[in-house]
Amino acid sequence: MENINVIINGVEVSVPKGSTILEAARIANIDIPTLCFLKDINAIGACRICVVEAQEKRGDALGPKRIVASCVYPVTEGMVITTNSPAVIDSRKKTLQLILSTHEKKCLSCVRADNCELQKLCYDLGIEDEDYYAGDKPVYDLDTSAAHMVRDNNKCILCRRCVAVCEANQGVGVIGANERGFATNVSSAFEMGLGETSCISCGQCIVNCPVGAIYEKDNTTAVIEAIADPDKYVIVQTAPAVRAALGEDFGMPIGTNVEGKMVAALRKLGFNNVFDTDFAADLTIMEEATEFLGRVQNGGKLPMITSCSPGWIKYCEHYFPEMTENLSSCKSPMQMFGAVAKTYYAEKIGVDPKNIVVVAVMPCTAKKFEIGRDDMAAAGVPDVDISITTRELARMIKRAGIKFTELADEKFDEPLGISTGAAVIFGASGGVMEAALRTAVWKLTGENADAPIEFTEVRGMEGIKEASYTVNGMEIKLAVVSGTANAEKLLNKVKAGEADYHFIEVMGCPGGCVNGGGQPHQPASVRNFTDVRAKRAEALYAIDAANSIRRSHENPAIKSIYDEFFGEPNSHKAHEVLHTTYVKRGLYNNK
Amino acid sequence: MGSKKKAAPFNGTPEQEKQLKEVIASLKDEQGCLMPIMQKAQDIYGYLPIEVQTMIAEGTGIPLEKIYGVATFYAQFSLYPKGKYRISVCLGTACYVKGAGDLYEKLIEKLGIQGGECTADGKFSLEACRCIGACGLAPVLTVNEDVYGRLTPDMLDDILAKYN
Amino acid sequence: MKTLEELNVVKAKMEGEVALRTHGNASSKYERHVLVCGGTGCTSSGSMKIIDALEREISANGLTEKVQIVKTGCFGLCALGPIMIVYPEGTFYSMVTEDRIARIVKEHFVEGNPVKEYLYNETVDGDEIKALDDTAFYKKQHRVALRNCGVINPECIDEYIGRGGYEALGKALKEMSQDEVIQTILDSGLRGRGGGGFPTGMKWKLAKNIVKEGQKYVACNADEGDPGAFMDRSVLEGDPHVVLEAMAIAGYAIGADQGYIYVRAEYPIAVERLEIAIKQAREKGLLGKNIFGTDFSFDIGLRLGAGAFVCGEETALMTSIEGNRGEPRPRPPFPAEKGLFGKPTLLNNVETYANIPQIILNGADWFTSMGTEKSRGTKVFAVGGKINNTGLVEIPMGTTLRTVIEEIGGGIPNGKKFKAAQTGGPSGGCIPAEHLDIPIDYDNLISIGSMMGSGGLIVMDEDNCMVDIAKFFLEFTVDESCGKCTPCRVGTRRLLEILDKITKGQGTLEDIDKLEELCYYIKANALCGLGQTAPNPVLSTLKYFRHEYIAHVVDKKCEAGVCRDLLSYEIVKDNCIGCGVCAKQCPANAITRTDYIAPGKKLAAMEIDKEKCVKCGACVGVCKPGAIIKK
Repeated sequence: MENINVIINGVEVSVPKGSTILEAARIANIDIPTLCFLKDINAIGACRICVVEAQEKRGDALGPKRIVASCVYPVTEGMVITTNSPAVIDSRKKTLQLILSTHEKKCLSCVRADNCELQKLCYDLGIEDEDYYAGDKPVYDLDTSAAHMVRDNNKCILCRRCVAVCEANQGVGVIGANERGFATNVSSAFEMGLGETSCISCGQCIVNCPVGAIYEKDNTTAVIEAIADPDKYVIVQTAPAVRAALGEDFGMPIGTNVEGKMVAALRKLGFNNVFDTDFAADLTIMEEATEFLGRVQNGGKLPMITSCSPGWIKYCEHYFPEMTENLSSCKSPMQMFGAVAKTYYAEKIGVDPKNIVVVAVMPCTAKKFEIGRDDMAAAGVPDVDISITTRELARMIKRAGIKFTELADEKFDEPLGISTGAAVIFGASGGVMEAALRTAVWKLTGENADAPIEFTEVRGMEGIKEASYTVNGMEIKLAVVSGTANAEKLLNKVKAGEADYHFIEVMGCPGGCVNGGGQPHQPASVRNFTDVRAKRAEALYAIDAANSIRRSHENPAIKSIYDEFFGEPNSHKAHEVLHTTYVKRGLYNNK
Repeated sequence: MGSKKKAAPFNGTPEQEKQLKEVIASLKDEQGCLMPIMQKAQDIYGYLPIEVQTMIAEGTGIPLEKIYGVATFYAQFSLYPKGKYRISVCLGTACYVKGAGDLYEKLIEKLGIQGGECTADGKFSLEACRCIGACGLAPVLTVNEDVYGRLTPDMLDDILAKYN
Repeated sequence: MKTLEELNVVKAKMEGEVALRTHGNASSKYERHVLVCGGTGCTSSGSMKIIDALEREISANGLTEKVQIVKTGCFGLCALGPIMIVYPEGTFYSMVTEDRIARIVKEHFVEGNPVKEYLYNETVDGDEIKALDDTAFYKKQHRVALRNCGVINPECIDEYIGRGGYEALGKALKEMSQDEVIQTILDSGLRGRGGGGFPTGMKWKLAKNIVKEGQKYVACNADEGDPGAFMDRSVLEGDPHVVLEAMAIAGYAIGADQGYIYVRAEYPIAVERLEIAIKQAREKGLLGKNIFGTDFSFDIGLRLGAGAFVCGEETALMTSIEGNRGEPRPRPPFPAEKGLFGKPTLLNNVETYANIPQIILNGADWFTSMGTEKSRGTKVFAVGGKINNTGLVEIPMGTTLRTVIEEIGGGIPNGKKFKAAQTGGPSGGCIPAEHLDIPIDYDNLISIGSMMGSGGLIVMDEDNCMVDIAKFFLEFTVDESCGKCTPCRVGTRRLLEILDKITKGQGTLEDIDKLEELCYYIKANALCGLGQTAPNPVLSTLKYFRHEYIAHVVDKKCEAGVCRDLLSYEIVKDNCIGCGVCAKQCPANAITRTDYIAPGKKLAAMEIDKEKCVKCGACVGVCKPGAIIKK
């Protein structure tokens, strides 16, 4: 690529043509603060925090110094840029003070107190008087109507990152800027509560919010109370992606696998059993692979689409209700786990399922919605009682005074803590597909131990991945998508008859659960230059590679549960406990 | 989010719906069709309540929220019907100190609507206005072109009765 | 119509007709043309009824074959509407009412004697009736953009052709290359008439060259939103074809085949005339496929605004046409590279386009002969406020403000003193008396802290408070801010709050500093042109009228007597006759009777309790002896 030369803070740098000033400065190892900017998603130049002084070449001379927004302003040959002049600092400070004048500064009790991007900017820029521009400030009611989250417009700084991810990444667009001028606010049409809209509960708005204006509904108190209740038998399960991200909330590098420490911490929190959703992921493969082969062999509805991601499920029900028959009837691993815990395991330990509390630790906010769905009560009580996010678990660990980073690794309890490498990669986009292929190909090639294990074509962070395999003369066409906007593109192709996949994996969040709406916050300053998703996914693939058992059907606990309880995959009993149904919601009528 | 405003019940007719659907069908494939459709929809219905915006959303595939965002950005679009009789209470200083605020509250109570809204039967809409220059008559309200001054809350029934 | 020859046939037929109205070689089949203004101003003062009455009376007097009624666009002197001009004499009837028509028809049209007492008094000099062009209002004007306004029937394409219309398009298509067209515009020195004054030719060149191939658009900004400005409306109402022709020329020059006109929905007459004009141009083949038999095809679509001032900003206008909230987007990329629907787009405003056909026909040299070195040609202003001749004027660049206000505008009413002229609307500034002799051009206005803007010119006298004026414009900007960027969304609101505080007498000297500092910040940091110029009304009043701010803050006085909270009402007891009417009017029961009976009066005088007084002024209006004073 062609390079051009610019001078940043007096130092000449060569940067690719077409770079923004922000990118060019980064190459020169200079950070420029941003608020509204999200690479590839939100480049609207609205907040004006990232301003710098720039002079462009005009012939041989330099043009006048101008304040420009570095996130969107492209560099030109010979441009002279100053990122830290008094004028720049003064501009940024005033912008911050103006933002602060409309921001509810309940910083001490804010859920983002330890990682608020606005607060950090105030500190970095040395804001001395946060009330300098105090004046009128609109007052908004909290929106608590959704199952999974709260919106507090009093803290909203109108960066519109949430709006951009909701529309661009997720193809949902249930929140947007309404009204204009000083009255501009982010809300849903006709000020409907989010719970009344076709919001899919993915929580991408939460992970992208720089402040405490959008946050998950905190259910940690319910967990603590359940643990403290002597009549309750409290089981915790943890989703694959949690172990790849939880460490970040304790200052560990992105992509650190903290499975052992997490198990130790959960034990210290007092759960009766510390189990692994990975077990249920293996179970899902057994059920789903069988269902898939059944559909292929019996002329069932194809393409079959995975059903692990509750955000995706809700999306399909709202936006593609005509395609709910394509969804696998399998419950998600979390729900399967709860169902197994309250049937098979309850029997095994002789506890009344009514007294069992299943807590799920999830990288996901849609799980908070999913646990309340109909047809999710195998034992006559909800399969899962409480679903908390990775962030909430981190909060619980901190509150309990557990020195997370010092903990020695511990192992999950048996039997529902036993899992394979195939299960742990569920947390990354493509993982479910790869895990299913491991078992399906093994089956189709006559249970051949040499059947391939790694299917790298479906790995990686691209939004839409395609692959096809010929196994025993049978061609299987696959697609893997993440982010529901990508799902929309793909499903439209399927509907138009332009694609004839057999099997599609959809994950609601871009990159899969590693980037779920319940994962630890990483500020835009990190997200814009680091693929957080890829680093977390690497951790999961490393766990898989290190596992001696890498195919779900080889999981000894899975073998036992079929021997002892279900009989075989897709048996009548398996259907009763492990499968579910869907609702054709549509967009504006049926919620 | 302020208080959630409730509009008068939607009284769209099948003819209006047919007209709107024709408008949508004729424009939806044009680039940037949303505003022309909304303008025509407002011509047909007089305003753009949730029912109409939902029809546009369903007909064009544009998310309802985006339509609402556009509707609330431009001054020309109205979410509420205007009543046959538009009651405007002056909340200028002179009227305010003479109790115009009480009048306004009383009207909200009597009509069962908030400012900017219209009654279910489409008869009255209520709004507050800035000084209309009739300070000598304070407190003042107007119903369409008629001016009523030196009011007390107990006089409101008689005024409303004139238009009922 | 596929050839220039066909155009010339129409022209030949119509030329003589319209020439009757311009003192040229007339060959009309009518004896008289009666031109009635059908612009917005005159229409709201009743000109449509005048036309009805004319039709009635003309028919009653059997003159249908002899007198033609022409509904035209704006003549400019809106304050005197409804306006009616009778040719070939060129007699100017002002403030025409329906009941005057019968007499005018009889005496003037039948008997040939203009009704002097109904004529615009400036045109009557004893027995003599002056030509319109000799009046102070018109004498120093020079009409280029407005050359057809008030001359032709805007709903008749043939009349436009009769005035040389579409000849420039024919010339461009048949005789000039794209580059020659652009070079002519460059050489003419024409600069954008919508505000910034960017060289128009340069814009065209960029739109042609940055991206060479593929879909491009030409757009016309007719979203004139400055309070008090109506230049573009008048062109659209009076001469819509000139805009269509110019856009087609632009389309040819840059390689675009589609144009959009974004016009305010608040201009229903302009919208209707544009619709008619587009239809007529399509019927004649002057829009559509293979214009004049060439390879060039061009069509134009209308898009209506929906009440958002910010949509006058070019990127906001384009986002609005695309069907979004009209929020500006960052530049670069500039529209010439990435505009409407992501395609290269050329955007000019109405008045800029209105100059194009004349420049193509008469050449760049003709245009550069008008105006100043850096600002060529003429500029249309909508003059209003405290001035006698409210209306629309077109003057050569370089004319002084004094000429516009004192000569053309006829000075300030009621013998009041000039205080300031505001140009550029909410983006502009106030110009004080000391700069009245500055020649008006882009650079001069900027150098004195204002700007050309689209052409609003509001005159203020000693009764206007400059802090209040700044507040008025800020209220407008705050209402119209799109809300996207922080400096404008929150910053302008804070400016307004500080101004409000000052006008209420609660301001401090620190507030003035804070105000000024915030203004400079917004200017440098806001996302779009609207935000960046929003502080100008404050900055320019601070620059020239800082003493008024200080008086509000330190002395708690509003010299102009505008800021209510700084006023006090007092009854001069010796003048009070004690009638008590004021007390009855007082909404706050602040007026009571004293014990003092003034010499020669029968009743005890009244007095105002300043604590209770809400300063509504109701008492002043009813005090017969004028005993109540405002301080």
